[in-house]
Amino acid sequence: MKTKQEFITDLQQVVAPYADEGVDVEQITEATNFTEDLGVDSASLVDIVLDVEEKYQIEIDNESMERMFTVGAAIEIIEEKLAAT
Amino acid sequence: MRRRVVITGLGVVAPNGVGVNAFTNALRNGVSGITHFEELDRLNFSCQIGGMPTLTEEHKAAYFSPLQRRGYKSTGILYGGIAGMEAWEDADLPRYEDVNFNVGVIFGAGILGSEVYRTAIHKVDEGQARRLGSTVVPQIMTSGISALLAGNIGAGNVVTTNSSACSTGTEAILMAYDRISAGKAECILAGSTSEGGPYVWGGFDAMRVMSYKHNHEPTKASRPMSASASGFVPGCGAGALVLESLERAQQRGATIYAEVAGGHINSGGQRNGGTMTAPNAVAIRKCISEALINSHVTGEEIDYINGHLTATIKDPNEIESWSAVLGRDRNSFPFINSLKAMNGHCLAASGSIESVSAILQMNQNFVFAALNSEDLHPEIEQLVSRERIPLKTQAAELKIVAKASFGFGDVNSCIIFKQFAE
Repeated sequence: MKTKQEFITDLQQVVAPYADEGVDVEQITEATNFTEDLGVDSASLVDIVLDVEEKYQIEIDNESMERMFTVGAAIEIIEEKLAAT
Repeated sequence: MRRRVVITGLGVVAPNGVGVNAFTNALRNGVSGITHFEELDRLNFSCQIGGMPTLTEEHKAAYFSPLQRRGYKSTGILYGGIAGMEAWEDADLPRYEDVNFNVGVIFGAGILGSEVYRTAIHKVDEGQARRLGSTVVPQIMTSGISALLAGNIGAGNVVTTNSSACSTGTEAILMAYDRISAGKAECILAGSTSEGGPYVWGGFDAMRVMSYKHNHEPTKASRPMSASASGFVPGCGAGALVLESLERAQQRGATIYAEVAGGHINSGGQRNGGTMTAPNAVAIRKCISEALINSHVTGEEIDYINGHLTATIKDPNEIESWSAVLGRDRNSFPFINSLKAMNGHCLAASGSIESVSAILQMNQNFVFAALNSEDLHPEIEQLVSRERIPLKTQAAELKIVAKASFGFGDVNSCIIFKQFAE
């Protein structure tokens, strides 16, 4: 299993295309909120989830997606799904 | 000098009723048209329910010739063709023998011919394009529905299909009103149509904007204004209205359902919080207030609102906007409901089907039940008292009503109908 820092680096890359211009993705931490800090709207969040599923070969169900507000929450969900496979 | 415009015909194909009579009964009795689709389950959709009108061979035979029935399979064409011709015949208007340059058609769609396109794509991929037949193009060109109706009636004024997502239907009626009011047409068949099924609804399912929590209880799934609203339920169908100059309507002794007092169309530009899928509240408020100004009506005078209210988390925001613009006290707020509770969100057809429901209520003095709003959202309860969002069909005298639609793309339209008086 990857470390938290490795997941954060992964997610910085995944999120980069969707974040607001002027956001420095290298500043992203576990506490970063997708909507409030990165300007990612709910439609783009769907695409981010698809990219994450593709990257880790996991499936993120609707209930999990509903609690994915922050990078930290996303990492928890990814770890959960990876542990299950 | 802007001319007065009235509504002289209505037609509808809705999940809870095909034809104005069946539809009106369904409204009065709170009948839901939402059912579970085994196909959507099989295709792994999160939201496996939807609203789809049930068309019989009789429905089709009433308004489509045998040759037309042979060629036309697209449900968007069928829904729009039936609703449009029902409205035309309801207005007691003929299929003209010679082209009538004073009569037009503005009939919107979001997507058209999806089932036909799918078959065509497979044939083309197999190198069989020459075997497509003559009716593919007229069904998949988005203007296919307005062209069909125009050919049926002999319309020679504007014949077009507008498209503005969920705002399409309301926009079509306003465009027709503008044209007649400005003296550029005498009569326009206006409305919109939308298809359903997996190919049309799949994209929305993918966006996770639809409710997936009520697959086992379809009629409870679409919950506009409720605290437990969890996304919209998709629908499809068509709504149609005949708009006519007051002069012409009176000249031929037409039955007048209502008058179009005015309205407004605008966009939020996807700025100030607006995005492709979420509205710019400033623009919504401006749309409503301009509609009132253009109609020479004040916020005090609105008796009823047919909301856009899709059963997403945005419902309270919409109520806030209505409240802010109309300036009405919670206990004397206009009656308000959303047809989406019974029929789901009929996408491009929503504005026209819902406008028909608004006119029927005003014309017949009732307000249909706001189904599935028993657990009213607390933010809404603060602005509108429970009595104004009736849980059972209620008799009410409605003199002036407002209908608004807010579509993907951050586009808005708001129309004001009023009882006709000389």
